[in-house]
Amino acid sequence: MSKPEKFIEDGIRLDGRKIDELRPIKFEVGILNRADGSCYLEMGGNKVVAAVYGPREVHPRHMQKSTTAIVRYKYNMASFSVEDRKRPGPDRRSTEVSKVSRQALEPVIFVEKYPRSVIDIFVEVLQADAGTRAAGINAASVALADAGIPMKCLVSACAVGKVDDTLVLDLNKDEDNYGQADVPVAVTPGGNITLLQMDGHLTSDEFKTGLEMAKKGCADIYKLQKAALMAKYSDDTEGGSNE
Amino acid sequence: MDKKIVIPGDYLSDDVKNANDGTYVEDGKVFAAVYGLASLKNNIKVVPLSGRYIPKRGDIVVATISEVTHSNWIADIRSPYDGLLHISEFPKRIDNDDMAKHLNVGESVMALVKDVDPIMKVELTLNDRRLGRIDEGRIIEVTPSKVPRMIGRSGSMITLLKNNTNCNVFVGQNGRIWITGNEKDMDFAEKAIAKIENESHVSGLTERITSFLKKEKGENFEEPGYEPEIKEEIETGEEEGKIKDTPADEETVKEDKSGILDELLGDEE
Repeated sequence: MSKPEKFIEDGIRLDGRKIDELRPIKFEVGILNRADGSCYLEMGGNKVVAAVYGPREVHPRHMQKSTTAIVRYKYNMASFSVEDRKRPGPDRRSTEVSKVSRQALEPVIFVEKYPRSVIDIFVEVLQADAGTRAAGINAASVALADAGIPMKCLVSACAVGKVDDTLVLDLNKDEDNYGQADVPVAVTPGGNITLLQMDGHLTSDEFKTGLEMAKKGCADIYKLQKAALMAKYSDDTEGGSNE
Repeated sequence: MDKKIVIPGDYLSDDVKNANDGTYVEDGKVFAAVYGLASLKNNIKVVPLSGRYIPKRGDIVVATISEVTHSNWIADIRSPYDGLLHISEFPKRIDNDDMAKHLNVGESVMALVKDVDPIMKVELTLNDRRLGRIDEGRIIEVTPSKVPRMIGRSGSMITLLKNNTNCNVFVGQNGRIWITGNEKDMDFAEKAIAKIENESHVSGLTERITSFLKKEKGENFEEPGYEPEIKEEIETGEEEGKIKDTPADEETVKEDKSGILDELLGDEE
């Protein structure tokens, strides 16, 4: 699709959302049996699966730290996740996304509880639709909790951007491709920022308001993450026995 | 119910002094550190719903030998850390060259965690009468965090299983359960264990397991001419436990069966 003439009309975006509205989000916890913790997430057109393994033995051995666990985060896009086939395998972009996502989650994990071990996080993007790193972090933090890994709190992430000189929350594909700015943000429920990147240009005032918008979006996502984790066991709790 | 499901970061209490496993303290408040069931009565703790086994001194575990070195056996104890069993911890004196004869790769033992140091070097021992090599029966794996439920209050759940399934049951702290008995009984015990694992977070577990054991037994041990009163299909859920099948000897406990069966039928009326 080529660049649309207008992104916003009467305060409504091309996909029918208001400027501060998130795309529909769906979490599913514990979808993989072999992983210690897992989560499937649909965030608008994004479809991602996160799997967590560990704490487990570190291979290769030289990577292990004698006093803490290490965290490895692997972000990968499936070759069919985008319109033009993506060449499979790690590339410059996915290496960067892996690094910043790892750093977004590391501060909340109690790594000192598991010396000489590794916590492996794998995020596979099945379908990409702008904001996959945010989606990956959301799914990964739920998967970490599902794996029973001790953490300070969950991490929620979403993006804020600028199109038609207006700040908008949670960019979609066109807004991302042709917009003026894209700012992915990850925050803890306590308001600590663990990821903040910026692509494009914003004035400092815009940046401040944008950050507040993103934090509000993250707070909404946090509620969904919490609800998803609660739902995994509440079904059984209500129903009691199988009779 | 005094237990509720919490996620990491949930506020639990202001009572910092009683903060225990699965929690952390920040700014004079207690928060949950893991996703699990929180209990707030005098001891504030969160029991995780999943997670790996972390060895503690004094735990009895079911370990599987993965390697034999010149003076140590290295054992898998289902944790991020291997267990080390030194040759001197074997109940009798043996020669370094004979280590594999007494205990070879793939064999399992009941072992005691003798010590765990700060960098998580785990030392095991077999120097106790309760401990030793496992030569028969099956080993079933369950989530380590559910071990307390498998054992029950002062061993009530184990006793329940033992009495009703005709098997000998031992629960290792690392989530490996060793059962011995005849094949049919072990199948039954396995089903019951899977049910406990799937429903351990729901209250009233013991009652449900008791009625489950009774009902199932009506089907399993059906005698000609005997119609069980209740004949419902009971869903046991997926059997997640991985089974390592060591050849079990069939002759054990066969004679006792009729006696116990009478007892059970008596229970049902």
